Amino acid sequence: MLQVKNLQAQAEGKEILRGINLEVSAGEVHAIMGPNGSGKSTLARVLAGHPEYEVTGGTVLFEGRDLLEMEPDERAREGVFMAFQYPVEIAGVNNAYFLKAALNAKRKHHGQQELDAVEFMALIRERAKALDIEQGMLNRAVNEGFSGGEKKRNEIFQMALLEPKLAILDETDSGLDIDALKIVSHGVNALRSPDRATIVVTHYQRLLNYIVPDYVHVLSAGRIVKSGGKELALELEQKGYGWIEAA
Amino acid sequence: MTQVAEKLHPWVSAARPVAGPRWLQALRERGTARFSALGFPTVRDEEWRFTNVSPISNGDFRPAGPSPVTLNRLAQFIYGDAAHRLVVVNGRFSPELSRLDGLPQTVRAGSLAGVLHGGQQEDSDLAQEHLGALADVDDRAFAALNTAHLDDGAYVFIADGAVVEDPLQILFVSSPDAGSGAPVSHPRLLVVAGENSQARMVETYVGTGGSYFTNGVTEVVVGEGAVLDHYKVQQESLAAFHIASMHVRAARSSTFSSHSFSLGGKLVRNDAIATLDGQGAEVTLNGLYLADGERFVDNHTTIDHAQPHCPSHEIYKGILGGTARAVFNGKIIVRQDAQKTDAKQTNRALLLTDGALINTKPQLEIFADDVKCTHGAAIGQLDEDALFYLRARGLTQAEARDMLIHAFAGEIIHRVKVEPLRLAIETELYAQLARDLAEIDAA
Repeated sequence: MLQVKNLQAQAEGKEILRGINLEVSAGEVHAIMGPNGSGKSTLARVLAGHPEYEVTGGTVLFEGRDLLEMEPDERAREGVFMAFQYPVEIAGVNNAYFLKAALNAKRKHHGQQELDAVEFMALIRERAKALDIEQGMLNRAVNEGFSGGEKKRNEIFQMALLEPKLAILDETDSGLDIDALKIVSHGVNALRSPDRATIVVTHYQRLLNYIVPDYVHVLSAGRIVKSGGKELALELEQKGYGWIEAA
Repeated sequence: MTQVAEKLHPWVSAARPVAGPRWLQALRERGTARFSALGFPTVRDEEWRFTNVSPISNGDFRPAGPSPVTLNRLAQFIYGDAAHRLVVVNGRFSPELSRLDGLPQTVRAGSLAGVLHGGQQEDSDLAQEHLGALADVDDRAFAALNTAHLDDGAYVFIADGAVVEDPLQILFVSSPDAGSGAPVSHPRLLVVAGENSQARMVETYVGTGGSYFTNGVTEVVVGEGAVLDHYKVQQESLAAFHIASMHVRAARSSTFSSHSFSLGGKLVRNDAIATLDGQGAEVTLNGLYLADGERFVDNHTTIDHAQPHCPSHEIYKGILGGTARAVFNGKIIVRQDAQKTDAKQTNRALLLTDGALINTKPQLEIFADDVKCTHGAAIGQLDEDALFYLRARGLTQAEARDMLIHAFAGEIIHRVKVEPLRLAIETELYAQLARDLAEIDAA
């Protein structure tokens, strides 16, 4: 599904990714771990098309197509979804209105009929329940005045609605208490299927107790320095990142 | 005659009305004298620092004559079926275009000239008492000029305790007449809302095209306990000059709320001045303006807390494109006696282009010590993070931008309680914005 080859990227003239190689197939969950500043959030944002980063080398293919050639919104409509580390507050834009616009943008792109208000409300009511999203959160402005946990749940809620092929979770666990972590993990797991893939970017192993990865990659100074199975995450938890960076 | 006086002379001599009761003649004389003494403001005047009115003072204007306007021509400016409407064309009340027969008996409204030259004693007493009492004729040159020409316009007198359910629209139209050169009109509106009355009114300024100058003055007296919900829509022709001031006095426990939408004109100055003149009075002055192309839009507001225990609220927002210039100056005065004042002011401007510019200034003059006054200003382009967030969910750059701009404007538009008016403003604003954005994208 996703082939990243020798990906290099910089922000404000500073080199952050120095040659990432990563292959993700449908049905898989990959965890990207690493110390602060290793470039793991940058990798997530570059894949989503954040304009702050400049790709200076390498290639990324998504279902055989050049992902880097696509605008961020086209990537989204094609099925790439990034759950933001810091979801943006958007004053004056009603959350439900925004979700409907996003969902219909995708449906239109894929030649499906756009949902009307009634169909849409029925759908979000059903999906909202699973993620403990209250009606109030749908009626408020996007993320405005949401608690940290509410913002993260709202991200996963969007993911549940948009049903991406490739979901990238950028430190979705940061700042979540254990209850919220369970809700979020449940939401992610509910979407796991043989047709979809997930990349979980995280600093801590804790989230991986709930979203069990098939592969774990450790990033250091802009490169993947170690890859392994889920047991690698446990090893990191015990030993910290020092032994990898030293290696 | 000095050079300056010579230049001002035609503005106050030509075709100036002379008829009417003695007090009216005296008031006009006062306007003439003050305008002659003050002259047109220049950028050396603090209140006009960024606003150069020389295109008006050096312009070739002459008093507007009568112009035949059909109701059909005005249809787009009449909100809903506007159950009650007063129409003034080129400064003259138009009985044919107005519709006042459905007004309840507790409301008297119509031609100001009718009141000034006859009419009921009660009405002419009200006019004598209030005209010129709020408008600061001595210090404001344009109000003085308007007063020098005071003869017609519209009046709305609402009886004590009256509740008027349907909104009343007052439509000021500028329309090309038979003369050559650009016409100028000086429309005047006097509103007196009696004690404990409730009403809603929409003041609209429009043009049917061409270059002209509208120099309007509105005076609003809000009686004790009265609730007045006011809207101003400035939708003049794009080559027009619009200078207008609204002067409000809110009595004890009254509530005055005004929303100003400035969507037209070439050179525009809106002054809104509200005095909270009794305990518990509450005033809201909100505004939304669009300045695009090479337009110039200046909003000056003054909220004068003269009495204790009064809250005031103010949000002004602007959208600027092209090489437009805008000015926002929000003055809040809290007088020594006005303890427990609670005044909030917010002012935001959204710059769509690098060439647009705004000068903005909150101006707080606080002479009491136990008060709450907050103000905030934010000027900027569309939030890049918000744009990316929306795009990351599949909305195109253009869709994301539209959504953010509409949300920005929506904060003011959603407060309009007259639904057909809200729809008309949305339609007009979004149509203009669509043109602006298409231009930006093409560049």
